[in-house]
Amino acid sequence: MSDARETKADHIRHLLETEGPAVEANTLGFNQGRYDSVADLEDYETLKSEARSIKEDAIERLPELLEAVRETVEANGGTVYLADDAADANRYIRNVASEQAAERVVKSKSMTSEELEVNDALEADGVDVVETDLGEWVLQVADEAPSHIVAPAIHKSREEIARLFNSEFDPDEPLETAEELTMFAREQLGELIREADIGMTGANFITADSGTLMLVTSEGNARKTAVVPDTHVAVAGVEKIVPTVEDLAPFIELIGRSGTGQDITSYISLLTPPVESPVVDFDDPDTAFADREDDRDFHLVLIDNGRLAMREDDQLRETLYCIRCSACANTCGNFQSVGGHAFGGETYSGGIATGWEAGVHGYDSAAEFNDLCTGCSRCVEACPVEIDIPWINTVVRDRLNRADANGQFEFLYDELVPDEESGGLDLQKRLFGNYETLAKLGSVSAPVSNWVAGLEPVRSLMERTVGIDSRRPLPEFERETLRTWFDNRGARVPAADADREAVLYPDTYTNYIDVARGKAAVRVLEALGVHVRIPDVPGSGRAPLSQGMIQTADNKASRVYAALAEHVDAGRDIVVIEPSDLAMFQSEYEKLLPERSFERLSKASYDVFEYVYGLLENDADPTALRRDGPALAYHSHCQQRTLGLEQYTTAVLRDLGYDVTESDVECCGMAGSFGYKEQYYELSMDVGSRLAEQFSTDETRDRLVVASGTSCTDQLEDLLRRDALHPIEVIDPRSRVG
Amino acid sequence: MDATPAPAVDRFRAALESLEVAVTQTTPGEFERTLRAVASEPAVGTRLPFPDVSLPEWVDDDPTPASLEAATTGVTAGSLGIADYGTVVLPARDDGSEQVSLFPDLHVAVLRRGDLVADMPTAVERLGPQLRSGASAILATGPSATADMGALVKGAHGPKDVHVIVLEDETTADGHDGEEVTADE
Repeated sequence: MSDARETKADHIRHLLETEGPAVEANTLGFNQGRYDSVADLEDYETLKSEARSIKEDAIERLPELLEAVRETVEANGGTVYLADDAADANRYIRNVASEQAAERVVKSKSMTSEELEVNDALEADGVDVVETDLGEWVLQVADEAPSHIVAPAIHKSREEIARLFNSEFDPDEPLETAEELTMFAREQLGELIREADIGMTGANFITADSGTLMLVTSEGNARKTAVVPDTHVAVAGVEKIVPTVEDLAPFIELIGRSGTGQDITSYISLLTPPVESPVVDFDDPDTAFADREDDRDFHLVLIDNGRLAMREDDQLRETLYCIRCSACANTCGNFQSVGGHAFGGETYSGGIATGWEAGVHGYDSAAEFNDLCTGCSRCVEACPVEIDIPWINTVVRDRLNRADANGQFEFLYDELVPDEESGGLDLQKRLFGNYETLAKLGSVSAPVSNWVAGLEPVRSLMERTVGIDSRRPLPEFERETLRTWFDNRGARVPAADADREAVLYPDTYTNYIDVARGKAAVRVLEALGVHVRIPDVPGSGRAPLSQGMIQTADNKASRVYAALAEHVDAGRDIVVIEPSDLAMFQSEYEKLLPERSFERLSKASYDVFEYVYGLLENDADPTALRRDGPALAYHSHCQQRTLGLEQYTTAVLRDLGYDVTESDVECCGMAGSFGYKEQYYELSMDVGSRLAEQFSTDETRDRLVVASGTSCTDQLEDLLRRDALHPIEVIDPRSRVG
Repeated sequence: MDATPAPAVDRFRAALESLEVAVTQTTPGEFERTLRAVASEPAVGTRLPFPDVSLPEWVDDDPTPASLEAATTGVTAGSLGIADYGTVVLPARDDGSEQVSLFPDLHVAVLRRGDLVADMPTAVERLGPQLRSGASAILATGPSATADMGALVKGAHGPKDVHVIVLEDETTADGHDGEEVTADE
């Protein structure tokens, strides 16, 4: 194993063992909570679109809104400082503290303040900085970094916190229960807040029309932080500004549901500072609040730190719409297994964090964990502002690839892999990105290629050079491709007799490796009276795109469109077996093809079961299909679910008399090439273990396992040591399974 | 035909019940008795800006930091209630209403039934002009809570319990709109 891959694998293994269990329990709880909570909303999709358009508009008008906020806050009696970067912000905040002769600053949770590392800056001046959010305080006591943007100590179990508090504070009675730990923290922090000179908060939103900060909390510490001391410093990224108070409504409804799965958090503070609430001065305990004449001091420190440049960057701009709810992290299979500490980054971790880290800390910081996004796309549906997070990850990966100067094997690879990338590309990425070429070679030379690839010295060499984990069985190439088989056999339903004509897309995997599912699809379509064609169409570009090779994927998209355009024009339907390729046609091609081309191909293309469903709904005769076969355990594909297409598979199977149980995990963990990479093999298996568990219960263990995605079937076979098929093979008229 | 949506007060109660927050509907005439049953002493409060209702003498209505700290109950007025969420809108005024609703273990929020609105957009629309003229408010839904210590615990920094008293108009209480009024404790 290369040193870098080995270090990464060790780090991941360590986190899987130490922080994984607590992270898994918490994120799965948040994620399920989100599903349950948004299900109660009648107009969830409308709310998301509304939220999206408010952020789009706000970022578009940001310079104007920045001026408006400054005017409003100053008219209210506060001060606004626009900081260019972290050092600039910290300089200003240190000055405020020094002018107030502040000995203690109490803080409510703010990721932006983590980005600034303002605690260190103030502590260097001798100021006592206290985190009052219970999770943040645990981390402050433990001297650790947050592992989650909303629940920072998500990686710590109750037992660990009890051990920490008992050793750090040595209470009279050892603390044990969550109740005892919470009350202990409340008491300690209550004392610290009493004597604080400055309260520092973040802001989830800032309204330009009123100068109001919206703070989303549940503990009440942000309320105390803002109201007890006479000086309030709020730090917030410039992207937090929205035009009006009324714009807050959809965010109030979405943010708690999306993040921790609460319909609403305990407190949504709408503070228009300097606030009217009197200062709580415990040194003057007997003066009534109503009799005080306070002159509160308020400083709004708005942080640029790369954000205004992100606004000018067509690809990173969407990151600024992020409301930091954490839905993307909670729904991420990899995050569920290892949490934010594996995702690295200087401040932000998981999901959208790639965009934030690239924008505020630079590409080196984003590079650490960029690979952990497998592009499964489950976060796209979860994001309340509809950010295409996998695309941001892909763009950052592409930029990293281009910046990497290590081109050692360039000469060799340029011969072998006809991609469009610059020389510095990582060997492992280049190999997987050019999988189509590899598959062609493998197929031509099969079965010899399979024997060679299966030899121990060869596996060992592959592991050492390109990092393909030797614990993974490799796919075996078929000598006779699907297209060759079909050309020899010919279409069995003549065009003249058919109501519909379909082009079955010969994706790389179906054409060269799992030819059986392609044959099954042909027979099913023909059994339903469809004239089938399988023309020569190149790979969709999914493989290179997943390695961040955007230019190569772009060229593939053009070639796919060129090969299919005539069929689309002739009114033929494009039927796709592999969901990750269909997702290219229906999602990513929007970024790679001209708008009209994208729309035409997208509209003409169908998931194979969506198509079968449509045929059956339109009175196609199902009698030739295999019906009432074995009981099934079905795992749909992550990208298929994001497209909302998995329901057709289960509907068709049930209509045909099958007893179907479904998995409800976000992703199988294989995600194309991810699970083959030696540095990620164990993480991939851990993510997959949640799926394996669901298919190993009393209810499911004897069922036939079926899955829509190629890599899902590979993963299921590795995890369960049972055969896994594509469901089209089950309803194939020639099916003998079960 | 669509089902008629449940009255706002029923949805408000149901939302709070799911958070294990008690709601008592009462009349101005019965307010003191209701409060007595709900609150514990020592209690602090801030002015209730509703006609025919005021804080009883056993509630300190001119709190200081000392009486705030000693109090086990804080009584404040809500300006709006949001039926969909069980949320009470707490104005943060110069008399210390924010502190009174925050420090004691029990917060009793007093709300007029006529101030219940159906949903979040309506509430935020009502708040817009107030915030633009410099006001602050807290949308409070249930007690303070945290899960940071490994399980859900109520009363992290703020109140451990919340009790909402909904004031009926005397006319409503006479049954003019046909809804039954119940005091649940």
